[in-house]
Amino acid sequence: MKESLVLVGNGMAGLRTLEELLKLDADRYDITVFGSEPYPNYNRIMLSPVLASEKTIDDIILNSNEWYAENNITLHSGDAVKEIDRVNRQVISESGKQVQYDRLLLATGSDPFIIPIPGADKDGVLGFRDIADVDTMLDAAKNYKNAVVIGGGLLGLEAANGLMKNGMNVTVVHLLDTLMERQLDKPAADLLQASLRQRGMNFLMQAQTAEILGDERVNAVRFSDGNEIEADLVVMAVGIRPNIELAQKAGIYCDRGIVVNDTMQTYDPKIYSVGECVQHRNVCYGLVAPLFEQARVAANHLALLGIGKYEGSVTSTKLKVTGIDLFSAGEFNEEEGDEVLLMQDPSQNVYKKLVIRDNRIKGAVMFGDTMDGTWYFQLLREGTDISSFRSTILMGQHDLGDAGHGDETRVAALSDDAEICGCNGVCKGDIVNAIQTKGLFTLDDVRAHTKASSSCGSCTGLVESILASTVGEGYSAAPSKQPVCGCTEHSHDEVIQAIHEHELKSMQAARDFLEWKTPDGCATCRPALNYYLLARWPGEYTDDAQSRFINERAHGNIQKDGTYSVVPRMFGGLVTPNELRAIADVCDKFDVPEMKVTGGQRIDMFGIQKEDLPAMWKDLSDAGFVSGHAYGKALRTCKTCAGKNWCRFGTQDSTGLGVKLEDLTWGSWMPHKYKLAVSGCPRNCAEATIKDFGVVCVDSGYELHVGGNGGIKVRVTDFLCKVETEEQVLEYCGAFTQMYREQAHYLERTAPWVERVSLGYIKMHIVDDEANRKELYERFKYGQKFSQIDPWKERAEGQEANEFTPLQIAG
Amino acid sequence: MNNWIQVTDLKEIPKLGSRIVKTAEGDIAIFRTAHDEVFALRDACPHKQGPLSQGIVHGTSVTCPMHNWKIDLASGEALGADEGCTNTYQTKIEEGQVYIQIK
Ligand code: SRM
Ligand SMILES: Cc1cc2nc3c(=O)[nH]c(=O)nc-3n(C[C@H](O)[C@H](O)[C@H](O)COP(=O)(O)OP(=O)(O)OC[C@H]3O[C@@H](n4cnc5c(N)ncnc54)[C@H](O)[C@@H]3O)c2cc1C
Ligand code: SF4
Ligand code: FES
Repeated sequence: MKESLVLVGNGMAGLRTLEELLKLDADRYDITVFGSEPYPNYNRIMLSPVLASEKTIDDIILNSNEWYAENNITLHSGDAVKEIDRVNRQVISESGKQVQYDRLLLATGSDPFIIPIPGADKDGVLGFRDIADVDTMLDAAKNYKNAVVIGGGLLGLEAANGLMKNGMNVTVVHLLDTLMERQLDKPAADLLQASLRQRGMNFLMQAQTAEILGDERVNAVRFSDGNEIEADLVVMAVGIRPNIELAQKAGIYCDRGIVVNDTMQTYDPKIYSVGECVQHRNVCYGLVAPLFEQARVAANHLALLGIGKYEGSVTSTKLKVTGIDLFSAGEFNEEEGDEVLLMQDPSQNVYKKLVIRDNRIKGAVMFGDTMDGTWYFQLLREGTDISSFRSTILMGQHDLGDAGHGDETRVAALSDDAEICGCNGVCKGDIVNAIQTKGLFTLDDVRAHTKASSSCGSCTGLVESILASTVGEGYSAAPSKQPVCGCTEHSHDEVIQAIHEHELKSMQAARDFLEWKTPDGCATCRPALNYYLLARWPGEYTDDAQSRFINERAHGNIQKDGTYSVVPRMFGGLVTPNELRAIADVCDKFDVPEMKVTGGQRIDMFGIQKEDLPAMWKDLSDAGFVSGHAYGKALRTCKTCAGKNWCRFGTQDSTGLGVKLEDLTWGSWMPHKYKLAVSGCPRNCAEATIKDFGVVCVDSGYELHVGGNGGIKVRVTDFLCKVETEEQVLEYCGAFTQMYREQAHYLERTAPWVERVSLGYIKMHIVDDEANRKELYERFKYGQKFSQIDPWKERAEGQEANEFTPLQIAG
Repeated sequence: MNNWIQVTDLKEIPKLGSRIVKTAEGDIAIFRTAHDEVFALRDACPHKQGPLSQGIVHGTSVTCPMHNWKIDLASGEALGADEGCTNTYQTKIEEGQVYIQIK
């Protein structure tokens, strides 16, 4: 017999938990859901656009009745649970249904707070919480004229906007002198109030409601100063109270909310709770992003995986009033010692403020131009050191040099056929459509359904903005802790650390120890694990060919027609007539259809059949060539310029130094591709300042630069330090490379890595700490003993022959 | 019918790997899972004909090397949000030898 799971509360948090659970383990439970509202689960957030007549109820249903049926979930809608009998482990509903549970999930949400003043129980006084409230308001708008909204917070303003759109004369009453004081500072609040007033909204600030007047139905509101205004409808939006009555009656420990631990269990471990009814580490949340994180953890536990932990959330807010852009996150009011970055353009109605502490964003408020809100929020959650781009941060992310998109950053203004994801050819309209028709909430969902942002990722910010503007705040921004992939809960850092600390030396050991959810991983985690093991245990761990992407398994780049390309290494770009002759001979012999000089100072031969690769490599190997690793997450090229030997400006032997650097580093596997360059003078013909590690020679020595990138998003290097000898260049290069190899996440190039950990951190470990630098360099050289074995030569001699020979039919 | 053709010794296909069989009707990819199950698919991804034999095998699916579609080895169907299907062929293992059925 299956165990029985009962969910009380058919709302956003509860249903999200079920969805997550079904993904992990669809067969563990017989599931029964009770909901007091007579509807299947709908998107409560979208009640505001429904009230503003921008959407209909049908548009906002998240799980249809068919969905419950397809997943064998019994739904009792319009039937509230009135009692939990913990001794006999059953719930009892209003209509008298009794259902046994092995585990119980409480997701009863919250109720709007109704101020206990005389008259609050009259007709026409209500909160703004559910479909019934919206129906009542829309009805009132047809028959009456004057509406009063008490509360100038997010919900109040959205209600007021909706009623105004339906032709009512609306006054917002607020206790304080600024609107949305929990999300906005005074200047932003003033801008907001001005633009709402312009649209026709009335305000009564610093006003305390004393009484609701009228017979059966409200006809006026009186304030504590004796003033009165006419009102046919009063909406109270002054806050919410976690709905804990049912839990309290059952003797489950509650404070302001139902108290839960990090695995979302109440004091009765059979009973879980998620959503607005919950109090976790003393915080009750009122936005969906944190509730969805809670849902993931609860589902993980209900599926008996037991690895997830909820550790609280930072939230951000946007107002869903069409035409008003407003964003707020974190601690937006500065404390003593904080710094404030401010941009104001009153004529454009734009205001941006960032609160900075220890070079990190602590809070943000934006009005008028919120394009970069998601980016600031990400920097805030990840605690990124912003010193290197602080001077331009207020200009926004595109100012960092997003070569891929130029000024296509105004997502909201883009037309539906604007291409958002260049890699997968996905347009804005496709994304919006998928979000709306398939009910998507997260970046991962959008990636799975549209493939947008699933490749190079440079459009991630754009996709997140589209998500945010399409679903409002319902979208859950990527959690601060990103698992490696769907096979695990663990982040890259956790995996790297575990492999090191627990001496995990095989893929199986790592997956077992870290409780992988799939037996042999997937195409995302296998290459990552293989790399981490290889980098950590050189000489001990045996490379797993089947966990490598085809390019690295076949040691050539697969082309669109299934043939391969061959790029031999030319150290520092130097080449001899004999080598050129050998390459020419090889091309003749194997009928190579096309040759090209690459951007990496060497020669590419295209269109090679896979079966021919080993024979071709043999000829190249005999002529003295080794693999160029043009296909690998590995050391690629070392670009050089003419340098002192020839060039009239050359200050040092840049070509010779380039060859030495490539000699030192070739063959090493990396988290991502890795490129070097040496320029002979600051004219920088080798483009050293957009390489992962670049050297610019000067009269007095060598300037070292790190973290450059010339690809999707151009990033100029950071200056690391200056050294005096070639030996030092080699040592710093080896040490920096090794630090990157040991610490960066798989598929993270040096540019984002340096931005993530900060230049200061790298300098501290490489420049300031000589002992550490030398140890890193030694570890690098030790690892190189095992990686500087030419893979082409090995395969030309017969290794992994199976990879290259097709099967002949025997029988 | 019943046209079983012996193609190889199981040992010649790497675990979680694949080999190509050249046939008159085109390349067929033979996959071997961690538990020594063997599957055969036309070596062409339903997306843009990418060579599935060159992908990474996990569980009973393979990820296409071209644009990362995931294909179910048993049914030839694209998994997840993608839609499409490629031909499958019956396979069997007898005394360590792998056979496929070509009509
Ligand atoms: C062959 C070459 C173009 C050429 O004919 O000049 C080339 C070809 C490819 N590049 Fe490149 N890149 C080549 C130089 C570059 C350069 C220039 C350079 O190195 O100075 C860059 C910009 C510099 C940089 O990396 O910072 C470059 C930035 C990229 C990127 C973007 C990387 C990024 O971090 O933004 C990709 C995509 C990726 O890696 O995900 C890429 C990916 C590719 C791939 C591997 C696409 C693929 O996955 O199939 C192409 C393989 C073609 C093939 O089959 O050989 N290629 N690629 C160049 C080979 C250099 C070499 O000798 O090894
Ligand atoms: C108008 C409006 C706009 C909003 N805008 C945003 C926004 O932009 N961004 C954002 O992040 N959040 C927004 N929110 C908040 C968001 O909707 C809530 O945080 C979220 O819905 C809470 O989910 P929940 O599952 O905890 O509660 P709910 O979604 O309220 O679900 C609880 C359900 O349990 C039912 N229930 C209660 N007691 C019982 C019982 N004893 N038996 C059976 N059923 C019971 C209730 O009727 C309800 O249907 C908005 C809310 C409203 C009302
Ligand atoms: S070689 Fe590089 S720039 Fe050219 S098409 Fe391929 S990936 Fe794009
Ligand atoms: S060809 Fe297979 S994913 Fe595109």
